[in-house]
Amino acid sequence: MITAFIFRALDRNTYIVLGLLLAVGILLPLLSLTDPSFPLHVPTYVIALIGKYLCYALLALSVDLVWGYCGILSLGHAAFFALGGYAMGMYLMRQIGARGVYANPVLPDFMVFLNWNELPWFWYGFDHFWFAAIMIVAVPGLLAFIFGWFAFRSRVTGVYLSIITQAMTYALLLAFFRNDMGFGGNNGLTDFKDILGFNIQAPATRGVLFFASALALAAGFLICRAVIASKFGKVLIAVRDAESRTRFIGYRVEGYKLVVFVLSAMMAGVAGSLYVPQIGIINPGEFAPANSIEAVIWVAVGGRGTLIGPIVGALLVNFGKTWFTSGMLAEYWLFVLGALFVAVTLFLPKGVVGTLLARAKARPTSTSAPAAVSPIDATIAAEEGA
Amino acid sequence: MTAIHDQAAAPAERVRASREKAKNSLLYLDGVSVSFDGFKALRSLSLVIEPGEMRAIIGPNGAGKTTMMDVITGKTKPDEGDVFFAGDTDLTRMDEASIASLGIGRKFQKPTVFESHTVWNNIDLALAGVRGPFATLFHRTSLRETARIEEILDVIRLADKKEWLAANLSHGQKQWLEIGMLLAQEPQLLLVDEPVAGMTDAETRETAALLREIAKTKSVVVVEHDMSFVRDLDVKVTVLHQGSVLSEGTLDAVSADPTVIEVYLGR
Repeated sequence: MITAFIFRALDRNTYIVLGLLLAVGILLPLLSLTDPSFPLHVPTYVIALIGKYLCYALLALSVDLVWGYCGILSLGHAAFFALGGYAMGMYLMRQIGARGVYANPVLPDFMVFLNWNELPWFWYGFDHFWFAAIMIVAVPGLLAFIFGWFAFRSRVTGVYLSIITQAMTYALLLAFFRNDMGFGGNNGLTDFKDILGFNIQAPATRGVLFFASALALAAGFLICRAVIASKFGKVLIAVRDAESRTRFIGYRVEGYKLVVFVLSAMMAGVAGSLYVPQIGIINPGEFAPANSIEAVIWVAVGGRGTLIGPIVGALLVNFGKTWFTSGMLAEYWLFVLGALFVAVTLFLPKGVVGTLLARAKARPTSTSAPAAVSPIDATIAAEEGA
Repeated sequence: MTAIHDQAAAPAERVRASREKAKNSLLYLDGVSVSFDGFKALRSLSLVIEPGEMRAIIGPNGAGKTTMMDVITGKTKPDEGDVFFAGDTDLTRMDEASIASLGIGRKFQKPTVFESHTVWNNIDLALAGVRGPFATLFHRTSLRETARIEEILDVIRLADKKEWLAANLSHGQKQWLEIGMLLAQEPQLLLVDEPVAGMTDAETRETAALLREIAKTKSVVVVEHDMSFVRDLDVKVTVLHQGSVLSEGTLDAVSADPTVIEVYLGR
């Protein structure tokens, strides 16, 4: 059943995307391990940078799954990303062991600093990787389930839903800032040493983490593709287009929203968990509402309602951000980001990829024009008509 | 004193009496009232639809036609009154999805189809069968389902446009697609809200023929403004006014009813 489900997702474009991701995931780390004099040598910082972008791309994909396909505009997805990151961070903290500044074999440094005598109960188990791996998807999934259960059952939609997702991530931001929450407060979790026994700073470990990020993105893409290709995916689009109609033909819309929201939160959690070891720190700043909004901008720029769009959008905007903020124009970046969002909304409502796809489709099949209009076109037409 | 006593004793007794009366009907509304912010959209509305019956409902704007459909399909909960389906199913306790699964299909006033889906997918989504999220995730369209979709596409004359996006259909074609989606649900009762609004005369006549065809096997309730269309349907007519039934009978009979004339022609 599962194989048939995945198998259905495999069309030509999917093969291309998967192939590209895996090629990049294998080639770049290998090139980074070559001698610096080798002409195709890739410096380690590039691996760290692009590895980070791949995690962002997975976050963007998860936002697109709920927003582009089901019409749920979540402005709190960074919360799920950060929770996955914290779960990984807790594992990495326990791996430090007695090598911390205070040399306490059990307690992380910040707990010793706060004069705590024993590990809080919610830190139990995080010395095992398998436990952390479960928590990376379970914690964001559970939060999404509880949040979605109440929000979707109460039929909170549109801008109201966006506002409460934003409130959710802000509440978590404030909570994680508190020292007595037990997550390192303001400073968060950092000074990581090992992951699965390997030195987290070593180029080879970085290469593997990079590959893992590319693999996670490819897996996320494949899962999204399979979901969209199924009848479930058709129902999601139906909910996006005409929610009450979907109810009147007998679909319990809240159930669909809940399933896709939880799935999306889990994907965001995985993205966060791969982000943290590559960046070397997780702190409450990751819960900042602005981060969630930025993720939405990546999706809008790339093209919502396409699966390649959010990946391209996340890469493009973040390359832009790195380039921009490393020059003397750094302080204007937020203005540029804002202008970009406005410009895309006004001039490229389908995003970069959406526009290109529509153009590519329109040309060869101009004889059967009506069928060639892309779904997102129709959505836009519907939105304009409404 | 007695009045208060009567009210207290009423619910249980009334429900029993209602159920008795409801037994042989497909749809049974008794004493249904709904108000929004003090405005009474329905005042003690009572209506009985027999199995296999087609009924036209007419009435001026604000008569409560759409609210009545909302109550039957579970979108609005009545403040008081009973709504029973197929004899003994209490619709006031159910949500839209379970009422739809029970066999009540609804067509909206404004054609509401899934614009970014193809005509084929629109019918596929409406097709009776799997409804749960996990069931649809692993569902594969069977040959029997494919045949059924083709059959419905033929009935609504959109077979040659099955790959079209619904957004690209004309207004009349969207109305027909929505009727096709209703058929695909295989309901026992169809609620059709102004099916010919915005249609040409020819389309209107074809729609009347289509609905008469459907009514051979299913119960149909049609809400309509267009009198010539109601005449084409040639069925029993219920006139609503200010949230309750003003008159009931053949179109000729209600047209001759002085109270109806007063409402329609003004006083």
